[in-house]
This record gives sequence, C-alpha cells and structure tokens, in this order.
Amino acid sequence: MLYRENGQFKTSYRADQSIFPVAQDRWFVWGLVAFAFFVVPFIFDDYFFLAILIPFLIMALAAVGVNILVGYCGQISLGSGAFMAVGAYAAYNAMIRVDGMPLIVALLIGGFCATLAGMLFGIPSLRVRGLYLAVATLAAQFFWDWAFLRVGWFTNYTPSGSVAVGKLQVLNWTIDSPVDKYLFCLGFLVVFAVLAKNLVRSAIGRNWMAIRDMDVAAAVIGIRPIYAKLSAFAVSSFMVGVAGGLWGFVYLGSWEPAAFDVQTSFQLLFMVIIGGMGSIMGAIMGAAFIISLPIFLNQFLPVLGELVGVTISTAGVSHAEYMIFGALIVWFLIVEPHGLAKLWSIAKQKLRVWPFPH
Amino acid sequence: MKLHKLMLGTAAAALGASALLAPVASAQAAEQFFPSLVYRTGPYAPNGTPFANGYSDYLRLVNERGGINGVKIKVEECETGYSTARIVECYERLKGANGGATVFQPLSTGGTFALTEKAPVDKIPLITAGLGRSESADGGVFKWNFPLLGTYWVAADTLVQHVGNQAGGLDKLKGKNIALIYHDSAYGKEPIPLLQKRAEMHGFKLTLLPVAHPGVEQKATWLQVRRDRPDYVFLWGWGVMNSTAIKEAVATGYPRNKMYGVWWSGAEPDVKDVAANAKGYNALALQHGAEKDASVVKEVLAKLHDQGKGTGPREEVGDVLYMRGLISAMLATEGMRVAQAKYGKGKVITGEQMRWGLENMNLTDIGLRSLGFGGVMRTTSTSCSDHMGAAWVRVHTWNGKAWEFTSDWLEGDRKVLDPMVKTTADKYGAEKGIKRRPASDCNA
Repeated sequence: MLYRENGQFKTSYRADQSIFPVAQDRWFVWGLVAFAFFVVPFIFDDYFFLAILIPFLIMALAAVGVNILVGYCGQISLGSGAFMAVGAYAAYNAMIRVDGMPLIVALLIGGFCATLAGMLFGIPSLRVRGLYLAVATLAAQFFWDWAFLRVGWFTNYTPSGSVAVGKLQVLNWTIDSPVDKYLFCLGFLVVFAVLAKNLVRSAIGRNWMAIRDMDVAAAVIGIRPIYAKLSAFAVSSFMVGVAGGLWGFVYLGSWEPAAFDVQTSFQLLFMVIIGGMGSIMGAIMGAAFIISLPIFLNQFLPVLGELVGVTISTAGVSHAEYMIFGALIVWFLIVEPHGLAKLWSIAKQKLRVWPFPH
Repeated sequence: MKLHKLMLGTAAAALGASALLAPVASAQAAEQFFPSLVYRTGPYAPNGTPFANGYSDYLRLVNERGGINGVKIKVEECETGYSTARIVECYERLKGANGGATVFQPLSTGGTFALTEKAPVDKIPLITAGLGRSESADGGVFKWNFPLLGTYWVAADTLVQHVGNQAGGLDKLKGKNIALIYHDSAYGKEPIPLLQKRAEMHGFKLTLLPVAHPGVEQKATWLQVRRDRPDYVFLWGWGVMNSTAIKEAVATGYPRNKMYGVWWSGAEPDVKDVAANAKGYNALALQHGAEKDASVVKEVLAKLHDQGKGTGPREEVGDVLYMRGLISAMLATEGMRVAQAKYGKGKVITGEQMRWGLENMNLTDIGLRSLGFGGVMRTTSTSCSDHMGAAWVRVHTWNGKAWEFTSDWLEGDRKVLDPMVKTTADKYGAEKGIKRRPASDCNA
C-alpha cells in the first residue's frame, strides 16, 4: 500500500534506466543519504562516530569493493586485507615522500597501487577457480604481510615498522574532529557506492555476472574472461585500497602490518556473504552487522546481566560475545542464505502487497 | 511465514539496537575514573590476566585505604583481546565515561602507537610502564607518553651488558653470535635498533629471528637456532609465544641458561608448563620479581582476598605479572597524588592535571615503604624532559620452582640511550610537525 509502483509510468529511456526505478526507493535512498549527511552529525556523540560509524563506513567501502569481485564476478578472494594494506602503505609513502601531497590524491594513489597489486595477484584466476582461487589469493596476503614487515623502504625505515600520518587536510578543511572524519569517510562511501552501482548495471557489470554464472558460456558468447576477470580484480582492489588508506589514516592514525592481517580478509569475505552476494546494499548491511554487533554485544551483555542481577566478568562477556556472534551468523545463513540484502528485498515485497497478500 | 516474520523482526531489532550502542554510563561525582584496558581472552590471556588482576587489586586496595586524600577510585574494564582496533574502540568508549578518564595503560605496544596519536588531542596521559615506544622517554616531544621504569631499549641495553659481564667484559662479546627471537610486531621490533648499535660497538653478530603472531609456530625458528648455535638467545615474546619458545628450546636441546627473556618473557605462565625443564632460563626483571613477601602483597591478601573482594586466584597474588599490574596501578595513583598536591587535595583531577603529576613524580624510599613497596622497587623520579625515570633492572632465573635474582642491579647506559632517544624523537617530531617543548611549557 505504502510501497507500490502503481501509477508510476516510465515515459523515457532515461527514466527506465534510473538506478531506482520505483519512486519510493528513490526517496528512501535520498532521505537516507540526506539523513547521514545533515542529521547524523548532530545527534551522536564522539564515541559513536569514532568507534562505530567511522570503522563501519570504511569497512562498508571495502566490502562494496570485495562484493564486486566475489559477489558480481564470482572470484573468491582472500587477499582483500593485503590490498587494503597496499592502499594504506602506498598512500602513506605518497604523503611522506612528496611534499604538499593532497590527501585525496594520496588516497587515490593508494587505490591505484592496490589496483596494480590486485591485477597481479588476479592473474591466477584465469586458470584456477573457486576454492582453489581463494587459496591462490592467500598468496597476496602472505606476500604483502612479508613485504611490509621486511622491506624497510615501505615503512620509511621506522624501527618498529609502525607508521603514522600527520594532520589530515583537504584544501582548507582540517579533518580532526570525529564529525569531520565521519563526513570525509561518508563522502568516499557515497561516491564509490554510486560508481559501483553504475558499473554493475553497465556492460562491464553484465560481463562480470556472465562470468560468475558460467564462464564457459560467457566465453562462447564473446566475453573475454581475461578482460572481465582482471577488470573485476582491478575495480575491486581500487576500492579496497582506498578503504585501506582511510582505515590507516582516518581510523587508526598509526598502524603496523598486523592491522591488515588475514583476519581482515576473512572479515571482509564474511561481510559480503552475510550481507548478500551481488548487492551493493548488502555489502553495506554486512559491514554494519560485522562491525557493530560484537561491540553492541560487548556493551549490552553486562547491562542485561545487571538487569537479571548477574555480574558477568570481563572475560565472560568476551567469550559470550564470540559465541552469540557465531551463533547469529549460523542462524542468519540457515534462515536466509542469500544474506541481509535478500531479507531487505523480502521486506519490500511484503510492503508492496500489504495489506492484501493474496 | 512465521519464521520469516521472526527473521524480519530480528533484523529490525538488530538495526534498532545499534542505535542504543551509545555508552551506558552512570557518572558519580567525586570519584576518579581509571579505565582499564585488559585482555583476559585470546592467545595473550595467560599473561594479560595476572596483570589485569594486579591492576584491579591495587586500585581496590587504594579505596580500602580511603582513596587518595579521600578521593575514591572507580575502575571499569574493557576487554581488548590485544587487538589494536579493539584497543582504540575501548579507548574511545572509556575516555569520556564516568566523568572522564584519568590515564590509560594499554599494555600493548601496537595499541600504544595508535593511542599516542590520540592522547594529545583528548588530553589524557598514557602510562606504558616497561613497554611502548622507546623514544617516548623524551618528554620534550612526547608530552603525553610516560614509559615509566624502562623502555625496550633499556631492556636490550642491560641484557647486552649482562651477557657481557657473564663473558668477562663487553669486549669479550667480539665475534659472538646473539640471536634475537622476537614477536613480529612493533613490540618485538623495538629493541632491534639498539641491539644493532651495540653489535656495531662490540663487534658481535646479531641474528634476527621473527616469529609470527600469535607465536605458537616456531619450528623453523628453532631449526635455525639448532643450525647456527648462537652463543646467546634473547627472547622478545609475549603470551603463548614464551612458553612455546621454551618448549622448543628443550626440544632443540638449546641450553636454557643461555636464554635471556625481556621482562615480558619472564613470568610464571611462561615457564610453568615446562617447570623443571625450564631450569636455568633467565629473564630481565623490571625492578621487581615475584614478591610474595612484600608488605603490599600481604595487605592485598588481608584487606581484599581474605574478605572475598580480591580479583583472580589468591595463589597468584605476588606473581611477577601480578606485581607488574600492581606497580603500574601504583604509578598511576601516585601521579594522581602529586597532581592533587598542586591542584587541590581531595579533588577529582583532569587528564591534563594528571599529566603534570606524572611529570613531577618523585618516589622516594620512604614513600615506597609507606605504600608497601619497600624492597620491591627502587626510587625513581620524572621530569619534563625525562618521562622514563630511573632505568634499573635485575636478571632473575627460574630454578625449576620459582624465580630468583641472579644479578646485581643493572642500569641502561645513558650514553648509548640518550642520543638514540633524542634522534628518534626528533625524527618523529619532524614527521608530525611537533616542536620541542620550550622550558616555559614545563612549569605550566
């Protein structure tokens, strides 16, 4: 009733090709973006920005990138953490080695270097598939971990291998308060999400999906696997690299290679799987789930314990957090293997037929 | 159908719940808030837990003693699992809670690196007693960092001195081979520049053998030890890495009395599993060892554990890492006492005032004895330029059942340390655009 496209006629090709063909969808997304930009900065405290929203936005950006590769092109990758590291260290080197390097350019250079690394480690995808490819991309993880630990040049020969960046500034805007950082990351996420959404609806996106669904058939109808697969690796790594730069620069401020270990790769893959493969919205929801749920449990359990008169020890909370988190993942995957994005679309369908579902 | 509804409901609840994530804090006035970043879970828990217990017990003891000039202390723990991202999250969560955090003690070098960037912005000092970045001893650049009692460069320096003494003089180290088995992180890499410098000075060979997190896989490392047979092995491990290294040494047949751990690799959890086989293994003691007879330990047992108010198992009170936690908490509360003397006795102080207190600390023998730390540690004092204080250590050795001291007091050689600290701190300052603090800033 509320959500119905009755009466919305598409009278031009432009209207037919818009990202959100249903008006309610369009309004909702516009409203959401406007809310994120103009309302959120005024209603939350510093903690919420620094500990939840900023890591969520950055990981959402990375997850959108990984989703292009895994969800749209069907190439399972466990090297995403490494590409984040490449992005972060390349951006760091661009910053310190070139005087007066603008922040955004440095981050894009980081993304570009990650693109090169991604394409290089994507080459095996032309021969191996599925789980074998996942294992092959692990090589990227180990190689870059090793490189940033051992090659002093990457870390500007700091004794501990830990690097830090100075003041963040874009033109005259000094990014130091939590709200500034939040808006900066939000800007990146919105721009890249729109880019990604448009890419996957274009010819190249259809190439990726054809390769995902059946690569032999795709090749038969004239899609070049080498082009489709490597372009997916390139686009995905670029976004992941930019996210890595943001993670180091904006969220951590100072980091060592351990910040981008194989755990990060797994986390990104889980975000995509839980959020929903092949959906931009799903990647963002998956990131929200993986980032905020453990923190929520960590703070909610002691409060819950107090309500029923039980004091849970710090270690107990931590153990419970892992167990509940794990159980929820399993439960979500059983009831809806297509992820949170599918739940979202089921919800929309229900709204559409409500109140007369038959 | 029902299942789907339930599912949608849960999804909505999960989204709505994230809005409730804002910290749940009930602030009470006239209490000084000490956040405690702990790791009681994960591969570093065996070592993180006793430290956290000691830290918590001492702050409770202070409250039992009537607080600092009547100001009671409030503690809140946050579990980090030794993960830097989680340490940052806990820091953000607790920095404004309960009327504002007084001081943070991350007990993680990776975490210290991240918090070093945040502390000056939030004006909360960091105590990293015996850890953190070594160059932060330079208070002229690192205004908010306090690596009290010692840094990793002090540790590496005194270890070299000690093995030099064993060999009959530092010049006898020429041509010897020292292997450093280290946790491959910022923590393990900290001592390398100093060891390289000492290697240059005395002509010994330094072999670097990294071990990846969490440190349970060391077969390849010890294969290399077996092949090279280094004259000494320095161990820079933490958590399960320590006990694994000692087990591997037993398996390889490397003499334990040629092994020297840093002060984070010389506690009961590290040797307990191997017990008798670890006999002869040496480690630095950050001033104190296991101090079951110290009067503060007796007080903790009487006032807390006998009343059922203690943290952790009673028999671990007085163990090495428990004592480290106790001392770390004591350093913080003493800083608070100094700050109160200047800014108003019996008042809750701010992070900035706490910073002044930590910078002007002077722990005398009488003061230490009155706190129950007589014989546990030496006197120390800090200043505007020196944020570390006295750099005294001893070596203790595991005799199969307990740790016992086997060396005299050793001091880090200031002639070697100070220039390195200054150069590295200046490099950091230049990178970050921080100017050295002028003298006028010291009295502020």
